Amino acid sequence: MGNLNLDIPFFFEYLFNPPDILLYGVWLTISIAFVAQTLGVIGGLFVALLRMSQRWWLRELGKLYIWIFRGVPLLVQLVIVYTGVAAAGLYKYPDIVIGPFTLSGPMQAAILALSLHEAAYMAEIFRAAISSIDRGQFDAARAVGMSPFTAMRWIILPQAIRIVIPPLGNEFTLMIKGTSLLAIIGIRELFGTIQQLNAATFRTFELFVIAAIWYLILITIMGFIQKHVEAYYSKHELPAEQNFKKKYKSRNLLSNNR
Amino acid sequence: MSPLVKIENLCKSFGNSDVLKDISLEIKKGEVMCIIGPSGSGKTTLARCINFLETCDSGKITVGNDLIGFKELNGKIIPLNETKTSKQRRNIGMVFQKFNLFSHLNALENITIGPTKVLGTDVKESIDEAKDLLKRVGLEEKCYSYPSQLSGGQQQRVAIARALAMKPILMLFDEPTSALDPETVGEVLEVMKELANGGMTMIIVTHEMGFAKEVADKVVMMDHGQIVEIGSAEKIFSNATNPRTKAFLEMML
Repeated sequence: MGNLNLDIPFFFEYLFNPPDILLYGVWLTISIAFVAQTLGVIGGLFVALLRMSQRWWLRELGKLYIWIFRGVPLLVQLVIVYTGVAAAGLYKYPDIVIGPFTLSGPMQAAILALSLHEAAYMAEIFRAAISSIDRGQFDAARAVGMSPFTAMRWIILPQAIRIVIPPLGNEFTLMIKGTSLLAIIGIRELFGTIQQLNAATFRTFELFVIAAIWYLILITIMGFIQKHVEAYYSKHELPAEQNFKKKYKSRNLLSNNR
Repeated sequence: MSPLVKIENLCKSFGNSDVLKDISLEIKKGEVMCIIGPSGSGKTTLARCINFLETCDSGKITVGNDLIGFKELNGKIIPLNETKTSKQRRNIGMVFQKFNLFSHLNALENITIGPTKVLGTDVKESIDEAKDLLKRVGLEEKCYSYPSQLSGGQQQRVAIARALAMKPILMLFDEPTSALDPETVGEVLEVMKELANGGMTMIIVTHEMGFAKEVADKVVMMDHGQIVEIGSAEKIFSNATNPRTKAFLEMML
Protein backbone atom coordinates (compact mmCIF):
# COMPACT_ATOMS: atom_id res chain seq x y z
CA MET A 1 0.00 0.00 0.00
CA GLY A 2 2.64 2.46 0.99
CA ASN A 3 1.73 6.10 1.05
CA LEU A 4 -2.02 6.65 1.39
CA ASN A 5 -2.99 9.92 -0.27
CA LEU A 6 -6.42 10.89 1.01
CA ASP A 7 -7.43 14.37 2.07
CA ILE A 8 -10.40 13.78 4.36
CA PRO A 9 -10.93 17.47 5.35
CA PHE A 10 -10.88 18.40 1.63
CA PHE A 11 -13.57 15.77 0.97
CA PHE A 12 -15.88 17.01 3.71
CA GLU A 13 -15.26 20.64 2.82
CA TYR A 14 -16.34 20.03 -0.80
CA LEU A 15 -19.21 17.77 0.24
CA PHE A 16 -20.86 20.01 2.82
CA ASN A 17 -19.71 23.38 1.60
CA PRO A 18 -19.68 22.99 -2.18
CA PRO A 19 -18.28 25.89 -4.20
CA ASP A 20 -20.74 27.82 -6.35
CA ILE A 21 -19.40 26.39 -9.60
CA LEU A 22 -20.24 22.88 -8.37
CA LEU A 23 -23.79 23.88 -7.48
CA TYR A 24 -24.07 25.55 -10.87
CA GLY A 25 -22.90 22.29 -12.45
CA VAL A 26 -25.64 20.36 -10.63
CA TRP A 27 -28.21 22.93 -11.75
CA LEU A 28 -26.97 22.64 -15.33
CA THR A 29 -27.23 18.84 -15.20
CA ILE A 30 -30.84 19.01 -14.01
CA SER A 31 -31.92 21.67 -16.47
CA ILE A 32 -30.25 20.10 -19.51
CA ALA A 33 -31.74 16.70 -18.61
CA PHE A 34 -35.17 18.25 -18.15
CA VAL A 35 -35.16 20.19 -21.41
CA ALA A 36 -33.74 17.28 -23.43
CA GLN A 37 -36.21 14.83 -21.90
CA THR A 38 -39.14 17.11 -22.68
CA LEU A 39 -38.03 17.51 -26.29
CA GLY A 40 -37.32 13.78 -26.46
CA VAL A 41 -40.87 12.98 -25.36
CA ILE A 42 -42.37 15.29 -27.99
CA GLY A 43 -40.04 13.96 -30.69
CA GLY A 44 -40.66 10.39 -29.56
CA LEU A 45 -44.40 10.78 -29.88
CA PHE A 46 -43.94 12.14 -33.37
CA VAL A 47 -41.62 9.28 -34.40
CA ALA A 48 -44.02 6.73 -32.87
CA LEU A 49 -46.86 8.14 -34.98
CA LEU A 50 -44.64 7.90 -38.07
CA ARG A 51 -43.77 4.35 -37.11
CA MET A 52 -47.47 3.43 -36.94
CA SER A 53 -48.62 5.40 -39.99
CA GLN A 54 -50.89 3.89 -42.64
CA ARG A 55 -48.34 4.82 -45.30
CA TRP A 56 -45.47 2.41 -45.69
CA TRP A 57 -42.82 5.02 -46.46
CA LEU A 58 -43.59 6.97 -43.29
CA ARG A 59 -43.37 3.73 -41.32
CA GLU A 60 -39.97 2.95 -42.89
CA LEU A 61 -38.80 6.49 -42.12
CA GLY A 62 -39.72 5.99 -38.47
CA LYS A 63 -37.95 2.63 -38.38
CA LEU A 64 -34.83 4.16 -39.95
CA TYR A 65 -34.77 6.92 -37.36
CA ILE A 66 -35.04 4.50 -34.46
CA TRP A 67 -32.44 2.21 -35.99
CA ILE A 68 -29.88 5.01 -36.34
CA PHE A 69 -30.42 6.83 -33.06
CA ARG A 70 -30.59 3.72 -30.92
CA GLY A 71 -27.78 2.00 -32.75
CA VAL A 72 -25.10 4.71 -32.56
CA PRO A 73 -23.63 5.37 -29.08
CA LEU A 74 -24.66 8.69 -27.59
CA LEU A 75 -21.04 9.75 -27.23
CA VAL A 76 -20.45 9.27 -30.96
CA GLN A 77 -23.64 11.18 -31.80
CA LEU A 78 -22.57 14.01 -29.53
CA VAL A 79 -19.16 14.39 -31.17
CA ILE A 80 -20.66 14.26 -34.68
CA VAL A 81 -23.37 16.81 -33.85
CA TYR A 82 -20.95 19.30 -32.30
CA THR A 83 -17.27 18.81 -33.00
CA GLY A 84 -17.69 16.91 -36.27
CA VAL A 85 -20.08 19.34 -37.86
CA ALA A 86 -17.87 22.29 -36.94
CA ALA A 87 -14.65 20.60 -38.02
CA ALA A 88 -16.10 19.80 -41.44
CA GLY A 89 -17.22 23.42 -41.79
CA LEU A 90 -20.83 22.25 -42.22
CA TYR A 91 -22.40 24.31 -39.50
CA LYS A 92 -21.36 26.61 -36.72
CA TYR A 93 -23.76 27.07 -33.84
CA PRO A 94 -24.44 30.78 -33.26
CA ASP A 95 -25.12 31.94 -29.69
CA ILE A 96 -28.83 32.20 -29.07
CA VAL A 97 -29.86 34.89 -26.62
CA ILE A 98 -33.17 34.34 -24.80
CA GLY A 99 -33.78 37.17 -22.36
CA PRO A 100 -31.08 37.03 -19.68
CA PHE A 101 -29.82 33.60 -20.84
CA THR A 102 -27.37 32.87 -23.59
CA LEU A 103 -27.52 29.44 -25.14
CA SER A 104 -23.99 28.65 -26.28
CA GLY A 105 -23.10 26.44 -29.25
CA PRO A 106 -22.11 23.41 -27.16
CA MET A 107 -25.35 23.73 -25.16
CA GLN A 108 -27.45 23.73 -28.32
CA ALA A 109 -25.58 20.74 -29.67
CA ALA A 110 -25.92 18.93 -26.34
CA ILE A 111 -29.67 19.46 -26.12
CA LEU A 112 -30.08 18.53 -29.79
CA ALA A 113 -28.07 15.30 -29.52
CA LEU A 114 -29.67 14.20 -26.24
CA SER A 115 -33.20 14.93 -27.52
CA LEU A 116 -32.70 13.14 -30.83
CA HIS A 117 -31.25 10.13 -29.04
CA GLU A 118 -33.98 10.10 -26.42
CA ALA A 119 -36.73 10.46 -29.04
CA ALA A 120 -35.75 7.09 -30.50
CA TYR A 121 -36.23 5.37 -27.15
CA MET A 122 -39.41 7.30 -26.32
CA ALA A 123 -40.82 6.36 -29.75
CA GLU A 124 -40.61 2.67 -28.91
CA ILE A 125 -42.21 3.30 -25.52
CA PHE A 126 -45.09 5.27 -27.07
CA ARG A 127 -45.54 2.66 -29.78
CA ALA A 128 -45.81 -0.16 -27.23
CA ALA A 129 -48.22 1.96 -25.16
CA ILE A 130 -50.50 2.82 -28.07
CA SER A 131 -50.54 -0.75 -29.37
CA SER A 132 -51.44 -2.07 -25.92
CA ILE A 133 -54.70 -0.09 -26.01
CA ASP A 134 -57.66 -2.30 -26.85
CA ARG A 135 -59.05 -2.11 -30.42
CA GLY A 136 -62.45 -1.54 -28.85
CA GLN A 137 -61.35 1.92 -27.69
CA PHE A 138 -60.64 2.92 -31.31
CA ASP A 139 -63.96 1.39 -32.43
CA ALA A 140 -65.90 3.24 -29.75
CA ALA A 141 -64.18 6.55 -30.57
CA ARG A 142 -65.03 6.14 -34.25
CA ALA A 143 -68.59 5.10 -33.39
CA VAL A 144 -69.26 8.39 -31.57
CA GLY A 145 -68.16 10.17 -34.72
CA MET A 146 -64.62 11.18 -33.79
CA SER A 147 -62.20 11.94 -36.59
CA PRO A 148 -58.85 10.09 -36.40
CA PHE A 149 -57.24 13.23 -34.92
CA THR A 150 -59.95 13.76 -32.29
CA ALA A 151 -59.81 10.08 -31.30
CA MET A 152 -56.04 10.25 -30.93
CA ARG A 153 -56.13 13.49 -28.96
CA TRP A 154 -58.93 12.66 -26.51
CA ILE A 155 -59.11 8.87 -26.28
CA ILE A 156 -55.88 7.16 -27.30
CA LEU A 157 -53.14 9.57 -26.18
CA PRO A 158 -54.51 10.26 -22.68
CA GLN A 159 -54.46 6.52 -22.06
CA ALA A 160 -51.06 6.08 -23.70
CA ILE A 161 -49.51 8.90 -21.65
CA ARG A 162 -50.63 7.31 -18.41
CA ILE A 163 -49.06 4.02 -19.42
CA VAL A 164 -45.86 5.80 -20.40
CA ILE A 165 -45.25 7.44 -17.00
CA PRO A 166 -43.38 4.57 -15.27
CA PRO A 167 -40.88 3.97 -18.11
CA LEU A 168 -40.60 7.76 -18.54
CA GLY A 169 -39.26 8.04 -14.99
CA ASN A 170 -36.76 5.37 -15.85
CA GLU A 171 -35.72 7.23 -18.99
CA PHE A 172 -35.24 10.44 -17.04
CA THR A 173 -32.84 8.84 -14.58
CA LEU A 174 -30.86 7.50 -17.54
CA MET A 175 -30.94 10.99 -19.02
CA ILE A 176 -29.49 12.54 -15.85
CA LYS A 177 -26.64 10.05 -15.93
CA GLY A 178 -26.25 10.51 -19.69
CA THR A 179 -25.54 14.22 -19.29
CA SER A 180 -22.15 13.28 -17.83
CA LEU A 181 -21.02 12.65 -21.41
CA LEU A 182 -21.47 16.33 -22.24
CA ALA A 183 -18.10 17.14 -20.64
CA ILE A 184 -16.54 15.88 -23.89
CA ILE A 185 -17.86 18.90 -25.79
CA GLY A 186 -16.82 21.25 -23.02
CA ILE A 187 -20.01 21.70 -21.05
CA ARG A 188 -19.45 22.36 -17.36
CA GLU A 189 -22.29 20.33 -15.97
CA LEU A 190 -21.75 18.24 -12.84
CA PHE A 191 -19.17 15.90 -14.36
CA GLY A 192 -17.42 18.64 -16.34
CA THR A 193 -17.15 20.82 -13.25
CA ILE A 194 -15.69 17.99 -11.22
CA GLN A 195 -13.12 17.42 -13.96
CA GLN A 196 -12.26 21.10 -13.89
CA LEU A 197 -11.84 21.09 -10.09
CA ASN A 198 -9.74 17.95 -10.41
CA ALA A 199 -7.41 19.64 -12.85
CA ALA A 200 -6.80 22.38 -10.27
CA THR A 201 -6.50 20.23 -7.13
CA PHE A 202 -5.58 16.68 -8.28
CA ARG A 203 -7.85 15.26 -5.57
CA THR A 204 -9.33 12.78 -8.04
CA PHE A 205 -10.74 10.20 -5.63
CA GLU A 206 -12.38 12.69 -3.29
CA LEU A 207 -13.92 14.73 -6.11
CA PHE A 208 -15.34 11.85 -8.11
CA VAL A 209 -16.83 10.26 -5.00
CA ILE A 210 -18.53 13.62 -4.46
CA ALA A 211 -19.79 13.49 -8.06
CA ALA A 212 -21.14 9.98 -7.42
CA ILE A 213 -22.94 11.20 -4.30
CA TRP A 214 -24.54 14.07 -6.22
CA TYR A 215 -25.78 11.72 -8.95
CA LEU A 216 -27.23 9.40 -6.30
CA ILE A 217 -29.01 12.31 -4.64
CA LEU A 218 -30.56 13.39 -7.96
CA ILE A 219 -31.60 9.83 -8.87
CA THR A 220 -33.10 9.25 -5.42
CA ILE A 221 -35.17 12.45 -5.58
CA MET A 222 -36.36 11.38 -9.05
CA GLY A 223 -37.35 7.95 -7.77
CA PHE A 224 -39.29 9.57 -4.95
CA ILE A 225 -41.22 11.83 -7.34
CA GLN A 226 -41.87 8.92 -9.69
CA LYS A 227 -43.27 6.78 -6.88
CA HIS A 228 -45.78 9.48 -5.96
CA VAL A 229 -46.87 10.12 -9.54
CA GLU A 230 -47.43 6.39 -10.08
CA ALA A 231 -49.37 6.04 -6.84
CA TYR A 232 -51.58 8.92 -7.92
CA TYR A 233 -52.40 7.27 -11.24
CA SER A 234 -52.80 3.71 -9.97
CA LYS A 235 -56.05 4.62 -8.23
CA HIS A 236 -57.89 3.08 -11.15
CA GLU A 237 -55.67 1.04 -13.39
CA LEU A 238 -56.41 1.03 -17.11
CA PRO A 239 -56.77 -2.39 -18.76
CA ALA A 240 -54.12 -1.33 -21.27
CA GLU A 241 -51.54 -0.95 -18.52
CA GLN A 242 -51.43 -4.70 -17.95
CA ASN A 243 -50.99 -5.31 -21.69
CA PHE A 244 -48.19 -2.78 -21.85
CA LYS A 245 -46.10 -4.54 -19.23
CA LYS A 246 -45.98 -7.61 -21.50
CA LYS A 247 -45.14 -5.60 -24.60
CA TYR A 248 -42.42 -3.32 -23.37
CA LYS A 249 -39.36 -4.26 -21.39
CA SER A 250 -37.81 -1.12 -19.99
CA ARG A 251 -34.12 -0.50 -20.22
CA ASN A 252 -32.66 -2.01 -17.10
CA LEU A 253 -30.99 0.44 -14.78
CA LEU A 254 -28.53 -2.19 -13.59
CA SER A 255 -27.43 -3.50 -16.97
CA ASN A 256 -25.96 -0.40 -18.52
CA ASN A 257 -27.26 -0.63 -22.07
CA ARG A 258 -26.94 3.00 -23.00
CA MET B 1 -92.44 6.65 -46.60
CA SER B 2 -88.92 5.93 -47.76
CA PRO B 3 -86.90 3.68 -45.46
CA LEU B 4 -84.44 5.18 -42.98
CA VAL B 5 -81.84 2.50 -43.64
CA LYS B 6 -81.48 0.84 -46.99
CA ILE B 7 -78.94 -1.90 -47.57
CA GLU B 8 -78.51 -3.09 -51.15
CA ASN B 9 -76.54 -6.12 -52.32
CA LEU B 10 -73.95 -5.91 -49.57
CA CYS B 11 -70.99 -8.27 -49.93
CA LYS B 12 -67.98 -8.66 -47.69
CA SER B 13 -65.26 -11.25 -47.37
CA PHE B 14 -62.28 -11.71 -45.08
CA GLY B 15 -59.61 -13.46 -47.12
CA ASN B 16 -61.25 -16.53 -48.64
CA SER B 17 -64.34 -16.65 -46.50
CA ASP B 18 -67.41 -14.76 -47.65
CA VAL B 19 -68.91 -13.25 -44.53
CA LEU B 20 -71.77 -11.37 -46.17
CA LYS B 21 -73.30 -12.59 -49.42
CA ASP B 22 -75.61 -10.18 -51.21
CA ILE B 23 -77.50 -8.77 -48.23
CA SER B 24 -80.41 -6.43 -48.91
CA LEU B 25 -82.57 -4.95 -46.14
CA GLU B 26 -84.80 -1.97 -45.44
CA ILE B 27 -85.69 -0.45 -42.08
CA LYS B 28 -88.30 2.24 -41.60
CA LYS B 29 -88.05 5.05 -39.10
CA GLY B 30 -89.08 3.87 -35.63
CA GLU B 31 -88.74 0.19 -36.47
CA VAL B 32 -86.88 -2.27 -34.28
CA MET B 33 -85.10 -4.97 -36.18
CA CYS B 34 -83.50 -7.96 -34.48
CA ILE B 35 -80.91 -9.99 -36.30
CA ILE B 36 -80.59 -13.55 -35.07
CA GLY B 37 -78.62 -16.56 -36.22
CA PRO B 38 -75.80 -18.90 -35.23
CA SER B 39 -72.37 -17.45 -34.45
CA GLY B 40 -70.25 -16.87 -37.51
CA SER B 41 -73.28 -16.08 -39.62
CA GLY B 42 -72.14 -12.50 -40.28
CA LYS B 43 -74.52 -10.64 -37.96
CA THR B 44 -71.82 -8.58 -36.23
CA THR B 45 -70.06 -7.78 -39.52
CA LEU B 46 -73.36 -6.55 -40.96
CA ALA B 47 -73.89 -4.24 -37.98
CA ARG B 48 -70.32 -2.94 -38.24
CA CYS B 49 -70.72 -2.27 -41.97
CA ILE B 50 -73.72 -0.04 -41.34
CA ASN B 51 -71.59 2.62 -39.61
CA PHE B 52 -68.54 1.79 -41.72
CA LEU B 53 -66.40 0.40 -38.91
CA GLU B 54 -66.02 -2.39 -41.43
CA THR B 55 -65.65 -1.60 -45.13
CA CYS B 56 -67.89 -3.59 -47.44
CA ASP B 57 -66.47 -5.01 -50.69
CA SER B 58 -69.51 -4.11 -52.76
CA GLY B 59 -73.05 -2.91 -52.28
CA LYS B 60 -74.62 0.24 -50.95
CA ILE B 61 -75.80 1.37 -47.52
CA THR B 62 -77.91 4.47 -47.10
CA VAL B 63 -78.78 5.89 -43.69
CA GLY B 64 -81.08 8.90 -43.86
CA ASN B 65 -79.64 10.91 -46.74
CA ASP B 66 -76.08 9.61 -46.39
CA LEU B 67 -74.51 7.03 -48.62
CA ILE B 68 -72.28 5.51 -45.94
CA GLY B 69 -68.53 5.71 -46.64
CA PHE B 70 -68.96 7.02 -50.17
CA LYS B 71 -70.28 9.92 -52.16
CA GLU B 72 -71.86 10.07 -55.54
CA LEU B 73 -70.27 12.50 -57.96
CA ASN B 74 -71.43 12.70 -61.59
CA GLY B 75 -72.82 9.20 -61.43
CA LYS B 76 -69.58 7.80 -60.03
CA ILE B 77 -69.18 6.44 -56.52
CA ILE B 78 -66.10 7.76 -54.71
CA PRO B 79 -64.86 6.58 -51.28
CA LEU B 80 -64.83 9.22 -48.52
CA ASN B 81 -61.82 9.73 -46.29
CA GLU B 82 -61.99 8.79 -42.61
CA THR B 83 -62.67 12.37 -41.47
CA LYS B 84 -65.73 12.66 -43.72
CA THR B 85 -66.96 9.19 -42.77
CA SER B 86 -66.68 10.12 -39.11
CA LYS B 87 -69.16 12.94 -39.75
CA GLN B 88 -71.69 10.40 -41.05
CA ARG B 89 -71.18 8.25 -37.95
CA ARG B 90 -72.39 11.05 -35.67
CA ASN B 91 -75.96 10.14 -36.59
CA ILE B 92 -75.54 6.45 -35.83
CA GLY B 93 -75.15 5.25 -32.26
CA MET B 94 -73.43 1.96 -31.56
CA VAL B 95 -73.34 -0.30 -28.53
CA PHE B 96 -70.72 -3.03 -28.42
CA GLN B 97 -70.61 -6.49 -26.96
CA LYS B 98 -67.66 -5.57 -24.75
CA PHE B 99 -69.03 -2.07 -23.87
CA ASN B 100 -65.77 -0.33 -24.87
CA LEU B 101 -66.25 2.55 -22.47
CA PHE B 102 -63.31 4.96 -22.52
CA SER B 103 -61.39 3.55 -19.59
CA HIS B 104 -59.61 6.78 -18.59
CA LEU B 105 -62.87 8.73 -18.25
CA ASN B 106 -65.63 8.46 -15.65
CA ALA B 107 -69.24 7.70 -16.57
CA LEU B 108 -70.18 11.35 -17.00
CA GLU B 109 -67.12 12.16 -19.11
CA ASN B 110 -67.72 9.10 -21.26
CA ILE B 111 -71.08 10.60 -22.18
CA THR B 112 -70.02 14.24 -22.58
CA ILE B 113 -66.87 13.68 -24.61
CA GLY B 114 -68.77 12.95 -27.83
CA PRO B 115 -71.03 16.02 -27.79
CA THR B 116 -68.28 18.39 -26.58
CA LYS B 117 -65.41 17.25 -28.81
CA VAL B 118 -67.34 16.16 -31.89
CA LEU B 119 -70.44 18.37 -31.99
CA GLY B 120 -68.94 21.31 -30.11
CA THR B 121 -71.77 21.39 -27.58
CA ASP B 122 -71.33 23.70 -24.59
CA VAL B 123 -69.75 21.81 -21.66
CA LYS B 124 -72.36 22.84 -19.08
CA GLU B 125 -75.21 21.93 -21.38
CA SER B 126 -73.73 18.54 -22.21
CA ILE B 127 -73.16 17.76 -18.51
CA ASP B 128 -76.84 18.47 -17.82
CA GLU B 129 -77.84 16.25 -20.72
CA ALA B 130 -75.47 13.51 -19.59
CA LYS B 131 -76.97 13.59 -16.09
CA ASP B 132 -80.45 13.26 -17.59
CA LEU B 133 -79.29 10.32 -19.69
CA LEU B 134 -77.69 8.62 -16.68
CA LYS B 135 -80.97 9.07 -14.84
CA ARG B 136 -82.80 7.51 -17.76
CA VAL B 137 -80.61 4.41 -17.59
CA GLY B 138 -80.90 4.37 -13.80
CA LEU B 139 -77.31 5.31 -12.94
CA GLU B 140 -77.50 8.89 -11.74
CA GLU B 141 -75.53 8.00 -8.60
CA LYS B 142 -72.64 6.58 -10.70
CA CYS B 143 -71.70 9.86 -12.43
CA TYR B 144 -68.13 9.86 -11.19
CA SER B 145 -67.39 6.13 -11.28
CA TYR B 146 -64.77 4.85 -13.68
CA PRO B 147 -65.60 1.90 -15.96
CA SER B 148 -63.40 -0.42 -13.88
CA GLN B 149 -65.58 0.38 -10.86
CA LEU B 150 -68.85 -0.55 -12.62
CA SER B 151 -70.44 -3.94 -13.22
CA GLY B 152 -70.93 -5.19 -16.78
CA GLY B 153 -74.59 -4.27 -16.82
CA GLN B 154 -73.84 -0.79 -15.50
CA GLN B 155 -71.07 -0.28 -18.06
CA GLN B 156 -73.39 -1.30 -20.86
CA ARG B 157 -76.06 1.13 -19.68
CA VAL B 158 -73.48 3.94 -19.63
CA ALA B 159 -72.47 2.87 -23.15
CA ILE B 160 -76.08 3.20 -24.28
CA ALA B 161 -76.26 6.67 -22.69
CA ARG B 162 -73.00 7.60 -24.43
CA ALA B 163 -74.46 6.65 -27.81
CA LEU B 164 -77.72 8.50 -27.10
CA ALA B 165 -75.86 11.69 -26.18
CA MET B 166 -75.05 12.16 -29.87
CA LYS B 167 -78.81 12.25 -30.60
CA PRO B 168 -78.58 9.52 -33.22
CA ILE B 169 -81.28 8.73 -35.77
CA LEU B 170 -80.35 5.05 -35.61
CA MET B 171 -78.97 2.81 -32.87
CA LEU B 172 -76.93 -0.31 -33.59
CA PHE B 173 -76.55 -2.96 -30.90
CA ASP B 174 -73.94 -5.64 -31.42
CA GLU B 175 -74.82 -8.47 -29.03
CA PRO B 176 -75.23 -6.01 -26.15
CA THR B 177 -75.90 -8.66 -23.50
CA SER B 178 -73.61 -11.49 -24.61
CA ALA B 179 -70.73 -10.49 -22.34
CA LEU B 180 -72.91 -9.90 -19.28
CA ASP B 181 -73.54 -11.95 -16.17
CA PRO B 182 -77.04 -13.47 -16.37
CA GLU B 183 -78.32 -11.37 -13.48
CA THR B 184 -77.42 -8.06 -15.17
CA VAL B 185 -78.85 -8.92 -18.60
CA GLY B 186 -82.34 -7.85 -17.51
CA GLU B 187 -81.39 -4.28 -16.58
CA VAL B 188 -79.82 -3.67 -20.01
CA LEU B 189 -82.76 -5.19 -21.90
CA GLU B 190 -85.10 -3.02 -19.83
CA VAL B 191 -83.30 0.13 -20.98
CA MET B 192 -83.42 -1.07 -24.58
CA LYS B 193 -87.12 -1.81 -24.32
CA GLU B 194 -87.82 1.72 -23.12
CA LEU B 195 -85.78 3.07 -25.97
CA ALA B 196 -87.79 1.01 -28.45
CA ASN B 197 -91.06 2.19 -26.92
CA GLY B 198 -89.80 5.75 -27.25
CA GLY B 199 -89.72 5.34 -31.04
CA MET B 200 -85.96 4.91 -31.62
CA THR B 201 -84.99 3.09 -34.79
CA MET B 202 -82.87 0.14 -33.68
CA ILE B 203 -80.94 -2.69 -35.28
CA ILE B 204 -80.12 -5.31 -32.67
CA VAL B 205 -77.88 -8.31 -33.12
CA THR B 206 -78.91 -10.62 -30.32
CA HIS B 207 -79.18 -14.12 -28.90
CA GLU B 208 -81.95 -13.06 -26.51
CA MET B 209 -84.90 -14.72 -28.25
CA GLY B 210 -87.43 -13.73 -25.59
CA PHE B 211 -86.42 -10.08 -26.00
CA ALA B 212 -86.56 -10.27 -29.80
CA LYS B 213 -90.02 -11.83 -29.66
CA GLU B 214 -91.30 -9.06 -27.40
CA VAL B 215 -89.69 -5.98 -28.92
CA ALA B 216 -88.87 -6.61 -32.58
CA ASP B 217 -91.03 -5.33 -35.40
CA LYS B 218 -88.96 -7.34 -37.82
CA VAL B 219 -86.75 -10.36 -37.23
CA VAL B 220 -83.99 -11.31 -39.64
CA MET B 221 -82.56 -14.81 -39.51
CA MET B 222 -79.02 -15.06 -40.89
CA ASP B 223 -76.87 -18.08 -41.62
CA HIS B 224 -73.59 -18.37 -43.52
CA GLY B 225 -73.64 -14.72 -44.57
CA GLN B 226 -77.09 -14.85 -46.07
CA ILE B 227 -80.55 -13.80 -44.99
CA VAL B 228 -82.43 -17.06 -44.54
CA GLU B 229 -85.74 -15.63 -43.51
CA ILE B 230 -87.22 -12.27 -42.67
CA GLY B 231 -90.56 -11.39 -41.16
CA SER B 232 -92.49 -10.10 -38.18
CA ALA B 233 -91.55 -11.48 -34.77
CA GLU B 234 -94.77 -13.43 -34.70
CA LYS B 235 -94.14 -15.03 -38.06
CA ILE B 236 -90.53 -16.02 -37.33
CA PHE B 237 -91.10 -17.33 -33.82
CA SER B 238 -94.45 -19.09 -34.43
CA ASN B 239 -94.62 -19.91 -38.15
CA ALA B 240 -91.07 -20.09 -39.45
CA THR B 241 -91.11 -21.67 -42.90
CA ASN B 242 -87.40 -22.18 -43.49
CA PRO B 243 -86.03 -25.42 -42.02
CA ARG B 244 -82.79 -23.72 -40.91
CA THR B 245 -84.71 -21.10 -38.95
CA LYS B 246 -86.81 -23.83 -37.35
CA ALA B 247 -83.73 -25.84 -36.39
CA PHE B 248 -81.98 -22.77 -34.96
CA LEU B 249 -84.99 -21.66 -32.92
CA GLU B 250 -85.56 -25.15 -31.59
CA MET B 251 -81.99 -25.17 -30.33
CA MET B 252 -82.27 -21.70 -28.76
CA LEU B 253 -85.68 -21.98 -27.10
